[in-house]
Amino acid sequence: MCYYSKLEGSGGKCRTCLVEVAAGSTADPRPMPKLMASCRPTVMDGMVIKNITSDKVIDARNGVVEFLLINHPLDCPICDQAGECHLQDLSYDHGKAGTRYEFKRRTFEKEDIGPFIQLHMTRCILCYRCVYVADQITDKRMHGILDRGDHADISTYISKAIDNDFSGNMIDVCPVGALTDKTFRFKNRVWFTKPVDAHRNCENPKCCGKATLWLRGDEVYRVTARKDQWGEVQSYDNKPGWICNTCRFDKKKTGDWSIEGPTTISRHSVIGANKYKTLEMPADTIKKVLHGRDPKLLMNIHNVSGVNNPNIHLSEIDRPSHMEDFERSGEFVKGAGESTQWGLPKE
Amino acid sequence: MQALTNRLKPVDRRKMNFLERLYLVAIFKGMLITFSHIFKKKPTINYPEKTRPFSPVFRGLHILNRDEEGRENCTACGLCAVACPAEAITMEAAERQPGEENLYREEKYAAKYEINMLRCIFCGLCEEACPKDAIYMSETFAPADYQRKQFIYKKEELLIPHPLKETAAYEKALGNRAKKKVN
Repeated sequence: MCYYSKLEGSGGKCRTCLVEVAAGSTADPRPMPKLMASCRPTVMDGMVIKNITSDKVIDARNGVVEFLLINHPLDCPICDQAGECHLQDLSYDHGKAGTRYEFKRRTFEKEDIGPFIQLHMTRCILCYRCVYVADQITDKRMHGILDRGDHADISTYISKAIDNDFSGNMIDVCPVGALTDKTFRFKNRVWFTKPVDAHRNCENPKCCGKATLWLRGDEVYRVTARKDQWGEVQSYDNKPGWICNTCRFDKKKTGDWSIEGPTTISRHSVIGANKYKTLEMPADTIKKVLHGRDPKLLMNIHNVSGVNNPNIHLSEIDRPSHMEDFERSGEFVKGAGESTQWGLPKE
Repeated sequence: MQALTNRLKPVDRRKMNFLERLYLVAIFKGMLITFSHIFKKKPTINYPEKTRPFSPVFRGLHILNRDEEGRENCTACGLCAVACPAEAITMEAAERQPGEENLYREEKYAAKYEINMLRCIFCGLCEEACPKDAIYMSETFAPADYQRKQFIYKKEELLIPHPLKETAAYEKALGNRAKKKVN
């Protein structure tokens, strides 16, 4: 949960990677007395590690997950991270469905940390990844962890807005939904959007310009860095492919990007549900069967439905959508959606 | 060939005698069966004047639930839509604004929520998937209609009446099953 190979010094915070060291090394084959976090110790010759073969490890991990979930609000139905959340996966693997915790969960006052990033401190598991991003990738550190222990809180000092060019990468490194994209907030669920690999020539020399676009139809709802199989940002020429805020938050048109193809999604992920592997539409055979005649459609769904209105472009709103955004569809009169291509009579 | 069941009956192809050739006995036997049904209990009812009670697991039209204060339970989490095998459910989420706390229970809500009853197969998976107690299948049928567009059910049709403002309608919408649960 906390180790990130692209961030120097990360790891050792969350203890979910505990392993049993059955033999320290060839020189000193004694077992280590306590479970070790596998992300921190150096590998030695002759080291013997017990992972899921050790009951002690499984038991300890279950306990760690239960502790991580003590203060986690479990608001997955609202959280934008749901579907690609590492804590969600982890708790499904280790955690029990019930909770033994009876006390009030830790809450924080809501804090605005800038126009692009939404901070939900209640969801934070204090993995420090975003702090390392701020330290190592952005020019100057703007936010950090204040207070200690249970009160520890991620904040920008004196509520300074994060305005660094690479601050958006914190969203990508956050394993939970504590830091999410404000321009994507509540727009759609992750698994209903279609991820495609795309690139653009970014003016920023430090930005790799390679990203994953999350589309609905032809609208770019969200831009993230490309992730590898471990959920980390992909590397290009041994350099992690961080993307700049311009690419992430401002380039929300398909015209800004050259699309390479659909992103490969693990078949165990909910994101891959109901997705096609290719971008090309399969050839329509109905017209051929009907000897060149278009099928007569009895109803154009856009004339009736208020969902996915072709006249509303949610991707162009740089804040969460509100009711009035959908009510503006009053401009969308019944005739506007109809077109002769559907072979429908004008109402 | 071995018979599949032991109910096999060979057809009687013997030559019929005079009485059998008259068919009168056979006709009389058949009429006796017919007339005996007059005195038996009727298996049908006079629908729609009379209706049968619904099974406790009947899955009818969907209803979007509200909490005791009348706030909408649905947070547009999309689990019903992803669980739906017929892809009948679609929705658009929106953020709750300050001042709308009495309308929506959570920070996020469904601005648009539609169920295409032409697609719906009434399997009840949406009901099972819902983590927020928001969607239920009621004890009503989808009424017949002449136009397809009437079958796109929107939030206005799906939402349960307000429990405080329209108490009578709310109680009616709860149906028989909910009343039993209250005890």
